[in-house]
Amino acid sequence: MRLIINKIVLGLSTLSALIGLAFLGWILITLFMKGLGSFHLSLFLNDLIDGGLRNLIVGQFILAGIAATIGIPLGMAAGIYIQEYGRGKYAEVIRNLSDIMMSAPSIVIGAFVYAIIVVPTGGTSGFAGAIALAIMMLPIVISTTDNMLSLVPKELREAGIALGASKYKVIVDIVIKAAKVGIMTGILLAFARIIGETAPLLFTSETSNYFSLDLTESFPSLTVSIYDLANEPEESSRDLAWAASFILTVLVLTINLAGRFITRNKKR
Amino acid sequence: MPVMNIKDFSFTYPGVDSPSLKNINMKIRKNKITALIGPSGCGKSTLLRSMNRIHDLYPGNKYDGIIELFNTDTNEMQNILDIKKENEFIELRQKVGMIFQKPTPFPMSIFDNVAYGLKIAGIKDKSELEGRVEQALKDSVLWKEVQDRLSKSAMGLSGGQQQRLCIARAVAVKPEVILFDEPTSALDPISTGAIEELLVELKKDVSIAIVTHNMQQASRISDHTAFMYLGDLIEFDKTENIFLNPKEKQTEDYITGRFG
Repeated sequence: MRLIINKIVLGLSTLSALIGLAFLGWILITLFMKGLGSFHLSLFLNDLIDGGLRNLIVGQFILAGIAATIGIPLGMAAGIYIQEYGRGKYAEVIRNLSDIMMSAPSIVIGAFVYAIIVVPTGGTSGFAGAIALAIMMLPIVISTTDNMLSLVPKELREAGIALGASKYKVIVDIVIKAAKVGIMTGILLAFARIIGETAPLLFTSETSNYFSLDLTESFPSLTVSIYDLANEPEESSRDLAWAASFILTVLVLTINLAGRFITRNKKR
Repeated sequence: MPVMNIKDFSFTYPGVDSPSLKNINMKIRKNKITALIGPSGCGKSTLLRSMNRIHDLYPGNKYDGIIELFNTDTNEMQNILDIKKENEFIELRQKVGMIFQKPTPFPMSIFDNVAYGLKIAGIKDKSELEGRVEQALKDSVLWKEVQDRLSKSAMGLSGGQQQRLCIARAVAVKPEVILFDEPTSALDPISTGAIEELLVELKKDVSIAIVTHNMQQASRISDHTAFMYLGDLIEFDKTENIFLNPKEKQTEDYITGRFG
């Protein structure tokens, strides 16, 4: 009897796993077929106004790049504070707040930035979009830094202190170095996460059909343009949306795989 | 002559009512090895960790009594429990080094590991650094094994080599005392033998206090032995007296393996 139950449970869980994988495969295959069908190298050379995606890809990277420049140092500093300096309730409150922020719906963060930046400054801008993405990124970086530092054995800190190093020196010279690989991986995954976000940008930076480096105006964004293009009636627009989705997916997958690759190689 | 003199010393961990160490009186003598033995929880590590005040990394500990350290600059004994300022702590730890149970190589090159304490002590001159690192590695009998890979990561060394590297790192800053907290309990017998030989060699230059669970180790290498039990120092004497002719019943029971 036990053996039969065992087989049934095993069968059911295998089936569920297969169903899950099948849908994932379906999504990827559809994306690759439709995406590759409309994919062309000229997409990288023309801007959206001329039927290409160049301005959108560059724009998306600029937005995510600025978000990372804000989010990484802030998040790491906060993570270091919680793990190394914060004691008792205060650090615990920050840690919990950051965990809650991590599960905040991205559209809510978009709405928040809309209210505090877009409305007062009188219009959508690249800055507002980058800040929304930075807010998305912050809790992930905080939690990664916090977790990775907590894995560093306390003896390593004590050994540094026992050599006459100050607490600050020990953290900078030894603890962060020991946790470097894990923190880097986390940051890379956080970056992969924000580069594919749409909702935080939807009403903060919007998107633009033209190439732009002016962060005070609406800013070209791949994800928001996919959303717009998919809503257009013409076949050509929707083909372009597929191609853009394909490029975005490959991008995110590459960053994710790079993150995993780093961990696997350095952990040993 | 003592380099450290512990007088009526008691220690209480935060959040605990009763002290973990009660009225300890003992000395660490110059150029000798002093072993601290006793069953788990007897307070031997707590005592060792008081001698460089590494406890202060965590807040809320309570020290009572006096732990004096001989100050070579003033030729006077100085109470290390009076220390409050960061720079005094740094000075204390440069005079009293520490080796841990598990080897603690820093995630950097072999050279940088040994040079770390020296750089903190303010030595910047490259040739002086190189000389001091080489000497420390020779003193800890690691030089021959690592001389052609000083720039490689210290994480690639074996456990025994890592522990000798940590000793080299501690020796490099020329401390008065080095505290060893069960330095061989994570190592194989051959590495353990190498470390024991090294300790006996090192005592020419530095005074040593060692916590060990291994009584044979204490009897092999130490000159003085302190037997502790439940936070009390039961007996402190020359090692041969402790092992061959203990005065206290508890010491005898522990040495002969009747408890602990």
